[in-house]
Amino acid sequence: MSLDAAIVGPGNIGTDLMYKILDRGENIDLQRMVGIFPVEESDGLQAAVDEGVDVGTEGIDSIKAHADEFDLVFEATSAGIHEQHAPVYEDLGLFAVDLTPAAIGPYTVPVVNADDVVAEGHENVNMVTCGGQATIPIVHAVDRVSSVEYAEMTSHIASKSAGPGTRQNIDKFTQTTAAGLEEVGGAEDGKAIITLNPAEPPIMMRNTVYTMVDESTDVDEVRDSVDEVASDVQSDVPGYEITLEPEVKAQDDVAFDLGDSIILTTMIEVEGEGQHLPPYAGNLDIMTSAALGTAERVAEQSIEADVAGGVSDD
Amino acid sequence: MTDEVRMVDMTLRDGMHAVDHQFTPEEMADVAAALDAANMDVVEVSHGDGMGGSSINYGFAAADTEEYLDAVVPELNDTELSVLLLPGIGTVEEIDMAIDRGADICRVATHVTEADISEDHFTYVKDRGLEANGLLMLSHMAEPERILHEAELMQEYGADAVYVMDSAGALLPSDVRDRVGLLADELDIEVGYHAHNNLGLGIGNTLAALDAGATTVDGCLRGLGAGSGNAQIEVLVGVLDKAGYDINPDFFGVMDAAEDVLVPMISDDEMPELDNDSLMLGYAGVYSSFLRHTRRVGEKYDIDPREILVELGEMEVVGGQEDLITDVAARLAEDRDAGTAAEAASDD
Repeated sequence: MSLDAAIVGPGNIGTDLMYKILDRGENIDLQRMVGIFPVEESDGLQAAVDEGVDVGTEGIDSIKAHADEFDLVFEATSAGIHEQHAPVYEDLGLFAVDLTPAAIGPYTVPVVNADDVVAEGHENVNMVTCGGQATIPIVHAVDRVSSVEYAEMTSHIASKSAGPGTRQNIDKFTQTTAAGLEEVGGAEDGKAIITLNPAEPPIMMRNTVYTMVDESTDVDEVRDSVDEVASDVQSDVPGYEITLEPEVKAQDDVAFDLGDSIILTTMIEVEGEGQHLPPYAGNLDIMTSAALGTAERVAEQSIEADVAGGVSDD
Repeated sequence: MTDEVRMVDMTLRDGMHAVDHQFTPEEMADVAAALDAANMDVVEVSHGDGMGGSSINYGFAAADTEEYLDAVVPELNDTELSVLLLPGIGTVEEIDMAIDRGADICRVATHVTEADISEDHFTYVKDRGLEANGLLMLSHMAEPERILHEAELMQEYGADAVYVMDSAGALLPSDVRDRVGLLADELDIEVGYHAHNNLGLGIGNTLAALDAGATTVDGCLRGLGAGSGNAQIEVLVGVLDKAGYDINPDFFGVMDAAEDVLVPMISDDEMPELDNDSLMLGYAGVYSSFLRHTRRVGEKYDIDPREILVELGEMEVVGGQEDLITDVAARLAEDRDAGTAAEAASDD
């Protein structure tokens, strides 16, 4: 049994997500794309019409009117709007995958904790940030080998791929990502840094993950763990690539006191699939991929539940 | 000429780069006291990369921003206290903390083309009633008209002054005139200039900026700052005095702060000089604080730091991307080793 889904918010993110679902959704059937403007004023809704997807132009009212068509809603609007929509989805019994910074539900990273979050019965899950989706899996990979005392990530994204939402709320990005490094990645402390680079042609999304661990850590084991997680991520995000395998910085390599710790540095580049957004916009691509990956896991669990106990969602 | 010029000493902020952010709060207190005694207008205190900069990527500081501010505030009487914040690295939480601890001015810095990430931060600083300055970093990377557009955004957000920051020390005097002059003509607020000495133009460019309409300028004792350092502030005081500008700092007092207070704290390795590596920063147009990180990484990979800097310049890296130094060095080392292996193979 597949899950029927709607996308709310036909902007860049919503449109890219639509193409991903149509391209490679396994157990997700996209039923409707919903916006608030007439089709002729919305590139995203127009794209949906072109792809043969039904559209709605009345925002949340379109969802209410067709609620029996869906099991799951992707929220690709804004934090403020998701806060208004979330109780409606709950009343309608719709599972919500939240791509905004609202974070009403738990931070969710498909390869790290999506199965657990869904199994715990949450029906509203949040996709953290693009930088979080790129780096939290690495922190988790290190942490399962050797406890991460401190994790720090930097994300460099092309200026052209940073929309007004990111620009007006840049603190939200760093604060949310840092919290995700801790809550999902497993680090005791987390810090996040973002830079926007206007170079032309636009740069690919690049991320660096620093993890501070005890000096006795078996680095080869960490590398194996990171490789394994990276290939898990690649099944959702084909353009995800480790460009520097965990490399050791010891006391001699830094100007501050490291105590009994070493630093492991891992670098990642994310190239987008280029369905709707250009390949350099890996930062947007990884969010839509994470949302689809999460929804697929929700679908798998509901299939398993059906097989096990005949439980249906109504 | 009786033009008034405000002088900002950043020994305890840009100078933090030169000492790998390892000043102790006691050292900061001593330098601040000497600058206050010398009637410096403003001293700036924080991690070199601003509040929140203490990190693996930029280097952990020896103490927290709170400890530095608590050490410096009691030493300042007439001298104002400034703090720096780069959105994306620090947040309004740090601004909040600094204001509570006694900061008078908050300077908010963005890459020269990215001013629109700073609106929240300006709003916050102005709501709390402080002076807000906007700093447009790596100004050599944009044309004057684009810089004006970004400066107008900062003005709209509430900035009381906007600075042309020559973060790479890459501007020539004519470039400085074009940028500062346009801003001074078009903006309703003050215009500032911040030099690095990587092409030997720290003092000269500051004079060009003042001539073009800047009214607030940055410097450091002995020039202690990122790369080859900033405009050497005791020199600047002497030069501006000779040139007839109306300035507050006391020439002898600032000289004494440099030679008697700061210099004994600084090792030979830390004192910036215009050597080949820092010259390359200015020539290639790379953010000055990359210097010491590049040297460390160059040593680890056995690569000439200048080669790394040239490559970074071609990649048009911006402030904050220090991690890419390792990326570039690892790649250059790989290319070199592949080349050596190929040579060895062809020798057989």
